[in-house]
Formats: sequence, C-alpha cells, structure tokens
Amino acid sequence: MAKFILKRILFAIPILLGVSLIIFILLNVVPGDPITLMFKEHIKPDVIERLRREMHLDDPAYIRYFRFIWDALHGNFGISYKLNRPVTYLLLNAFPRTLILALSAALISWIVGIPAGILSAVKQYSIEDYFFMGFAFLGVSMPVFWSALLFQYFFSLKLGWLPVAGYTGAKYYIMPAIVLGWSSAGTVARLTRSSLLEVMRNDYIRTARAKGLKELPILFSHALKNSILPVVTVMAIQVASLLSGAVITESVFGIPGIGRVAVGAIQSRDMPLLQGAVIFATFLVIIGNIIADVLYAFIDPRIRYN
Amino acid sequence: MNKNNIELKESAELRGDAFLKEVANAFKKNKVAVIGLIVIIFLMLLAIFAPYIAPYDPYDINLDLQFSKPSIINWFGTDMFGRDILSRIIFGTRISMLIGLIPTFISMVIGIILGLFSGYYGGKIDSIIMRIADIVLAFPSLLLAMVFMYTLGASLLNIFIALSVVGWAGISRVVRSQTLSLKEMEFIEASKSIGTKNWTIMIRHIFPNCIPNLIVLFTLRIPGAILSEASLSFLGVGAQPPTPSWGLMISRGKEFLLNAPWVSIFPGIMILIITLAFNFFGDGLRDALDPYMKY
Repeated sequence: MAKFILKRILFAIPILLGVSLIIFILLNVVPGDPITLMFKEHIKPDVIERLRREMHLDDPAYIRYFRFIWDALHGNFGISYKLNRPVTYLLLNAFPRTLILALSAALISWIVGIPAGILSAVKQYSIEDYFFMGFAFLGVSMPVFWSALLFQYFFSLKLGWLPVAGYTGAKYYIMPAIVLGWSSAGTVARLTRSSLLEVMRNDYIRTARAKGLKELPILFSHALKNSILPVVTVMAIQVASLLSGAVITESVFGIPGIGRVAVGAIQSRDMPLLQGAVIFATFLVIIGNIIADVLYAFIDPRIRYN
Repeated sequence: MNKNNIELKESAELRGDAFLKEVANAFKKNKVAVIGLIVIIFLMLLAIFAPYIAPYDPYDINLDLQFSKPSIINWFGTDMFGRDILSRIIFGTRISMLIGLIPTFISMVIGIILGLFSGYYGGKIDSIIMRIADIVLAFPSLLLAMVFMYTLGASLLNIFIALSVVGWAGISRVVRSQTLSLKEMEFIEASKSIGTKNWTIMIRHIFPNCIPNLIVLFTLRIPGAILSEASLSFLGVGAQPPTPSWGLMISRGKEFLLNAPWVSIFPGIMILIITLAFNFFGDGLRDALDPYMKY
C-alpha cells in the first residue's frame, strides 16, 4: 500500500510541473509591462530600470521559469502587484474559507446525494425516483450563480433569515454551502443510482434473492458495497468542480477565498496572484485525485495489484 | 462476386437502418428526452430568426422605461437602461447556442484526432498526448478558462477560443480507450492484412465505431459550455456590455435584485431551460444507444 501511495505521489510531480509551465506560458505572454501596470502614474525611467532588475524581467523566459519553480518550491510565489504582499500569505489567508465552503458543500452533496440515489435505484421508475432525479437534473443544470441569487433574494432579502453576504460566522456559510452542495448532489445522486442499478443486475444478487434474502439485507450487505466504488472516485473529481463552483459562490456571497482572490486578480490584472491562485487550486485537485486513488485501492484491493 | 458484394452492402445498410430505427424507437419512448429535443429545436429557431421574433431592438436604450415591470408591452420587463428584456433574451439565445455548439465541436475534433493517434499508434505518441491530457484535466476548468481570458482579454470571441482549447482532454481519453479496444478486433486485422493505410483505418474503420458515444458526449457537453460562458460573463471576465449574454444580464441585474428581480430572473430561467433540455436530450440519447440500459 505504501508503495502504491508513493507511486501515485511521484506520478503527480510531472503533472504539477506541466501545470506550472502552462500557467507560466499563458500568463507571461501577456502583452504589457507589469511595472506600468503596477503604477498607473508616471515614474522615473531609472526607477523602472531598477524595478525591472529587481523583478528579473529582463532575463530570458526559461530562466524566469526556473527561478519561478525554484521559488515556488521554497513556498515563494512572488509579491502581488496590487496588494503588495506575498502571494503565499494571501493564498494561505484565503484558503481556510474555501476549505470550509468546499467541505461543507461536499458533505451536503453526499448526505443528500447518496441516499437520494439509493432510493431512486431501489424504487426505479416510481414517483420518488422521478422526483429525486428531477431534483438532481435541476442541480446539475442550474447555473450556480443564479441559484445563489435566488437564495439571496428569498432567504435574505425577502425572509431575512440569513445574511446576504460576508464571512465572519458560521451562518454566512449556510447559503453558499447549500447552493454549491446542491449542484454536486445532483451528480452524486445520479451516479449512485446508475451504479447501484448496474450492481443489482448481477448474478450474485439474483442468487441472494433466490436463497430467500429480503431486499433490504441484499441492498445493504451485497449491493451497496460494490456500487459505492464509482461514487468514491467521483468524490475526487468533485474537488475540481467544487473549486470551480467556489469561484462563483465566493464571488456572489462575498467570501474572500481562493476563488474570489483569482477573480479579483484577473480584474486588477495581478499576474503573480492569479498565477499562485490557479497553481494552488490545481495542486488541491491533484491531492484530491491522489486521495481518491488511495481510497479506491483501499476499498478494492484488485486495483493495488494491477 | 459482384452480386455478392451488392448483397453484402445491402445487408450492411439494412443493419444500419435497423440500428437507427431501434435507437429512434427507444428514444421516442423517453418522453422527457423528446421534450428536451423539442425545446432545443424551438430555441434554435428562436436563435436563427431572432431579428424577426424579438419585439424590440435589444440594444435600444430608453431611460423613460427604466425597470418597467413585466407587462403586455414588455413581457419580461425592462432593465436599468429601459431595454426590453424579452428581446435581449431572444438575441441571447444566439450567443448561448453558438457557445454551446462551436467550442464543443472544435474541442471534440481536437480530442478525436489526438485520441485516435494516441490509441492507434501507442508508444511515445500515446504517452506524450496522454500526459498533456492529464495536465489539462488537473485544472479546475473554470479557472483555466479564466487564465485564458486574462491572457486573451475579456470578450465573447475569446470565450470561444478558451472553451475550444480547454475541453479536448476528456474527449481524447474516451476516443483513445475505444481505439485501443477496437484495434484488437478482427476486422481491423483484416484491413491491415490487405494493406490499408493506417490513416484510412483510423478514419474509415475506427472512428465510425466511436460515433454513437461521441454524439452522446457532444450533447452532454453543450450545457457545460453554455454554463461556462454564462459563469465567465457573470464574473465580468467574459462577454462585455452591452452584449445580451444571459450570464452578463444576470450579473448586471443582481444589484437591483430587491426592486427589479425580473432583470436577473428571466435570463436565469432561460439558462436553466437550455441546459436542462440538452441534459435530458443527451441522457435519452445515451439510454437509447446503450443496450445495457434497456432493462
């Protein structure tokens, strides 16, 4: 098992390098001088000269890339152009908020999605099935920012139950987590349903029925264990979709997390901050994938030996 | 010999027809999917004939009519510049349809070519393409699209480019795995043994067998592209005012949510309808094409 985990971690290194290279290329081919972007007013030519030297802007691109990687390995992602603070500091400051939001959204999506999927599968083509699947389709199809606005409209502006936006207490996270969790609950529910339906068609389920087992014991001791595998993998893919969703929910609900930082960095054309935020988010996705792979191998030993 | 050939061809055509018929029949039974298809056709007509259907000019500013409530004159009300929301929504259908279809199609073509090469040739080509795909798939897609928008600048055209470039990786994986299993089949062996060129084998023999899957993938990816455009425009890094993009309309209306909720609500309903329609249609298509689902 340890070997398997190590192998997965080693696999992730080239991917992370590739990610950083793509981001570096994309963000460094942008026309426009970062120094003139930093200071809108006129500055003296010798100051520009000095800043260019300090920021190593005159070096060839590949040297700048290697310097970037070297610094990144030491936890240094440069200084934000606009906020004039270390990018690492800004990201670590924002990260807990995104983590709380994403984790609570993930939790909601599992608590709602898995039982809904199981019920739908057990009672396939019933009213319940159509209801849950309709709800799931709605979650998948509804733009997150729009459902966020609807929640704000009804629960904050009309009913006054919850604060419209902010991040200073648990109640500020309720609406964002529900909005984000719902969109992912749809995926979880649909996957649980189809995976369970597939398992229920297997011969060993028929055998269990033939030997007179009731439906519930079949479901819990035979079917669920085997159908949960794909659901576990989707949990990892969820990290990516939750982070994409967090970009939007954080913006609508005014939570200064990683997503909001990234959007702000684009609006103020703050290259180092955007670079750091995207690489950080991708790093989280890669970690999520590794965790899922390990979980998968843990649940299904066949994978470890292949 | 000649007669045999003709017979073979006819039977193949018959089989093709029978397959299509079976798929069509299975699809027709799925009412929700049929409704999805009808809605899609309706929205396409709306997009094509927008100038003839829209009651007003979508860009026409009339400050006297600021924030008119939905009424007989302006069915969906007006926005902060007194522009007719229904007309803007009808023109917005064009943007969403084009964003749904074109970048998805381009990224499919890239994904198919790379997937075919990767699966068919294997070896170094395969590992290079698949490692790049791994890297692209590691990004949260919205963030990668945002980085493209930063580099290219916020505009509708650049969303087309960003979404085309971002979406191929998943497709190439699917095509690759299908190519891998298909190339072991006897008919490919046979084709190779009579000296058919690799290129011809890929295009004429492997690719057609991937088509059913690809059609489903294509339809199910359209809502994702539409949502990405809407999200980017909502965040202010996509379409710019006064473009009648639905995401942008929602974003511009959000400050007036309390007093004029219709400015944001109607474009949102449209996004919901179009994504639901494509999701239902794609799902129905998959069930109809996949024999395992018929039980």
